[in-house]
Order: sequence, then C-alpha cells, then structure tokens
Amino acid sequence: MELFTNQVLAGIATGAIYACMALAVVMIYQAIDHLNFAQGEMAMFSTFISWQLMQWGIPYWAAFVITLAFSFIGGIAIERILFKPLAKAPILTNVAGFIALFAIINSSAGLIWDFTIKQYPTPFGSAPFLGSQLISTHQAGMIGVTVLLLFGLYFFFQYTRIGLAMRAAASVPESARLVGINTSWMIALGWGMASAIGSIAGMLIAPVVFLEPNMMGGVLIYGFAAAVLGGLTSPFGAVVGGFLVGIFENLAGTYIPGVGNELKLPIALALIISVLVVKPAGLFGRHIVKRV
Amino acid sequence: MSAAEEVVAEGHQAVEAVPKRAMTLGTGTSLVVLAALVIAPVFVKNFVIFQMTMLLIYGLAVLALNILTGGSGQFSLGQSAFYAVGAYTSAVLMEHANINYALTIPISAVVCFGFGYLFGKPALRLSGVYLALATFALATAMPQLLKLNFLEHWTGGVQGLVVTKPDAPFGLPMSQDMWLYYFTLVVTIAIYIFAVNLLRSRSGRAFMAIRDNEIAASSMGVNVALYKTLAFGVSAAITGIAGSLGAIAVQFVAPDSYTITLAISLFLGMVVGGVGWLPGSFVGAAFIIFVPNMAESISKGLSGAVFGVLLFLVIYLVPHGARQVAILGQQLAGKLRKN
Repeated sequence: MELFTNQVLAGIATGAIYACMALAVVMIYQAIDHLNFAQGEMAMFSTFISWQLMQWGIPYWAAFVITLAFSFIGGIAIERILFKPLAKAPILTNVAGFIALFAIINSSAGLIWDFTIKQYPTPFGSAPFLGSQLISTHQAGMIGVTVLLLFGLYFFFQYTRIGLAMRAAASVPESARLVGINTSWMIALGWGMASAIGSIAGMLIAPVVFLEPNMMGGVLIYGFAAAVLGGLTSPFGAVVGGFLVGIFENLAGTYIPGVGNELKLPIALALIISVLVVKPAGLFGRHIVKRV
Repeated sequence: MSAAEEVVAEGHQAVEAVPKRAMTLGTGTSLVVLAALVIAPVFVKNFVIFQMTMLLIYGLAVLALNILTGGSGQFSLGQSAFYAVGAYTSAVLMEHANINYALTIPISAVVCFGFGYLFGKPALRLSGVYLALATFALATAMPQLLKLNFLEHWTGGVQGLVVTKPDAPFGLPMSQDMWLYYFTLVVTIAIYIFAVNLLRSRSGRAFMAIRDNEIAASSMGVNVALYKTLAFGVSAAITGIAGSLGAIAVQFVAPDSYTITLAISLFLGMVVGGVGWLPGSFVGAAFIIFVPNMAESISKGLSGAVFGVLLFLVIYLVPHGARQVAILGQQLAGKLRKN
C-alpha cells in the first residue's frame, strides 16, 4: 500500500509537468482549432531565453517576467507572420506548417545554445516537501503554479470581456464577427497566451528534465495525450488529464511486469485510447453535435 | 422534385463536376513519366539507382496514406508502424524461413492488411485529433514492441536483422541495384494502377462519400464502418509492401528505423504532393528524400531550420501541394490550345 501511495504521489509530481503543457495545448486548440506540434519547441526556446537572461545576471523573477512578455509577443508574431497567410489553406497544410516551425526552432536553439545539457535553477528550492522523499518543494510549487494558472484562466475566460470575445471567436467566428469582434486578432491573442503559458511550463519543467533543445519532445507527447484525455475543449480537463497521465505512467511502470522505461509511453497511450474509445470527446470534453 | 431525387441530382452533378482524371495524370504525361523511369537507370550510377528505388518505395507509402486520408478522410500518424510490420515480415521470412524475397511481398501485404483492418476497428470511434493520437500511439509503440525480449529470436532485438540483397534472376546482365529498381518499378506500377482503379470503383466512391460527409454517406446506404476499416486495411497493406521493398533495398531492418519520424515524413510527403492526388505521392516522396539532404548541404548546423524554411516556402506558394501545380499547368495548356 505504501508503494502504491508513493507511486501515486510521484505520478502527481510528474503529472504537474504534463498538466502545465496540456493547458498550453488546450489554450491554442481553443483559439485556432488545431494542435500545435511546435508548442513544446516554443516553450523550450522561451526557457532558453530566460536562462540566457539569468546568465547575464538578471534575477530569477525579473527574467521570468521578461520571458513571459517575450513569449507573449513572440507567439503573436509567429501567428501574424507565419500562420495568418495560411488561414485559408487546408488543415493538413497548417499541420505541415507546425512541423516546419518545429524544425526551425529546434535547429536554431541547437545552433545558438548547442546541445549540451544545462542546469536550470528553481525558485522553490528542492528540499523534500513535507518530509516526503518523493515530492520536492519544486514539484509542489509546480503543482501550485499549475492550479493557480488554471484558476486565472477560468476567471479570464468566464468573467472578462476579452475572454468572452475569445470564446465567441473560437466557437462561432461568423456571428462573433457580426457583433464586432476582431476574430483575426483573437486568434493572435490565443497564440500569444498559449506561448506564454508554454513558457511558464518550460521554466517549471527545466529544473526537472534539464535544459536542452530536445527537452520538450517527451513532455509534449504526454501533454498532448493529457489534453486529449481530458477533452480538448476543457482547460480543467487538461489539468486533470495531466495528473492522470502522470499517475497512469508511474503505476504502469511499477505494477505491470516487464515494463521498463521504454514501454511506459506506449502503455500510457494505450490506456488513454481505451478511455477515448469509451468517451470519444475525452473525459471532460463537450461532445460537439454536428448539424447535417 | 422530391428530396430523394434532389440528392441524386446533386450527387450526379458532383460526379460530373470533377473530371475523370482529377486524381491521376493524363495518358500522355503518364507515358512520358513511365518512359523516363524505365530508361533513366541505364545512364546513372548505382547510388542514384538506389535513391530512385527509395523514391518509388516512399512514393508507395505516401500513396497508401493518400488513399486513407485523401480518399476516406481518416488521418494517420501511424504509417511507420505498418511500414515496420511489412519490413519485418519480409526480413524474418527471408532470413529465418528462406523464402524467396518476391514471395514475401504478398505475404506481408496480407499480414499488414489484417493488422490495419484490426487497428481500424477500435479507431472507428475516433476521428480527427483523437484518431491522430491513436495512430501516433501505434507509431511510438511499434519500435518498442519490436525490441521485446521474447521476440528477439526472430527480430534480432535492438540490433535488427541483415537482409541479403537478391541477384538479378535468369542471369540478366544487370547489377543488384538495377534489378531491384526494375522489380520495385513493376510493383509500384501495379499498385498505382490498383489504387487508381480502387478510387474510381464503388468502394472508392464510398470512401470519398465518407470523407465528405459521413452521415450523408450512411444515409445513402454506404456501410461506414466497413469502408472505414477497409480503407485502413488497404492503406496498411500498401504501406506494408513498401516496407518489404524498403527492407530489401536497404538490406537491414532495425526497430529504430521505423520511428514516428518516418510517419511524420510520410505525412509531409502527402501534403507536399497534394492530399488526394495520387501522382503527387511521388513528388512528395522526392521532397522527403532529397530536401533534407539539400538542407544539410546548405548548412550543416542549421539543416533543420533550412528544411523548415523550405517547407514553409512550399506551403506558402502551393498550399494544395503539387496538385495545384498540375492544375495550373493544365489550365495553362488549355489556354495555349485555345489561342
């Protein structure tokens, strides 16, 4: 039983990473209706920016804020320059664009900061949290920030005019345009926010997985899986999905014999798919009814 | 006019509106391309012949994805798994059971058809992003499954298997590469003809009806579940054949050659070639084989970035891929003829 609790705790700790990433994925999915394959790379690049700022002697929180601003503007810039021209292109062409963006960011980061693994500081310290060996203060801090972010987003979307406008632009663009919402800028704003959330995720994850251009590969896969499991239409679902995937992954690694690190991912994914077969719109997703 | 008649009339118009050759090349162009493919190997080095063989093989794999996505509207990131199953089926049969390489190809087609058909069953309930995730899971799981201990006796585990390259039969005076090229060419042409006819057949029209509107298709009497799984099966079978040919051409199979990167490449090939346009598959295959090499030669450190920029250029200029170029060319030719 103790093993079980410990594994669940450890799962929650890794789940926090996935939850963060899943939240960013859902944000952009809400805004543009596509999964952005380059999301992880954008987060990685932001994290490198913050690392560079700290190398130049800027304190952690100042670097944090500057990076956030940079990511927000960067996200908007990417949308305006690269993806707005593709707005009328087929969906699959857009997906190819994401893959191209992935390659560009990954390779540029590799050239600027090279592929060696770098240490990344944590603002929360890494002492054991409440005497537990499995969960450190950093991981507890990460969970705290994720939950805070979730509440912040909930209030933003539910109670602010611009949040309402963004929701309207995403769900019924034609009608939103008729009531005077600039839908094209709402999409750009969605990109900016997703990129900023991604950068927070990156900065929180970096102390755990270390900083390098490929750090987000695995995390993004789990983040997607978490977002899909929770339901792509629900930020709350994404966070719950993140924690669930973390727990699944850990328990599968512990209790199913012959499952090493290598098979953890396929098993977690297989489980998620079995959930999806039963609930095709994810655990908390809204089932979209199509009009014929 | 009753509602039913209206639907029929509309359907009829839709068929009329799309010219018969929309999915293929004209006869003249086809013959020229074919002649070029037959004659070219005589004039080039063995390495170039090998690359041309790989072009045909990847072209087949992209074609298979095109039938699935362009034909039936189902998205798949799992093509690398089918490719791997095909490659391993051939490799294991050739090396452990000493079966002739040519005979392993239909076997792996059957194996992959079954595999794809079975995978298509649970995938029936998923669509769009969810289906993408499911197929993605398949692609990430495959290399790990091939490494499993209890399969190691047959698959060779992480090391993989070495496959012997076949000699030209009947004492034909040609190199192994050249023989394999012609062998691949014949298989490719056969499958291409099959694919074109499949999409023109009753089944092909059912695929496209499902792609355009599933509910409308089912109310017209199309068995949606059957045709969706069938599309998966056919696509997997063709990908499997490509995998078999690939294993023979590369002379080596190993789990890490069939990762998600391969599936993503095939997907890019489809987009660059034009979704739903079969000849485009080979243009797309050329893109995914030659452009990364080109990017590498422009800048070693930034090869990924160069590749990304080139990809962006292509999708900006022709968002619908090579198909758009072909349509433009056709219109231009039409105008010239009028003048």
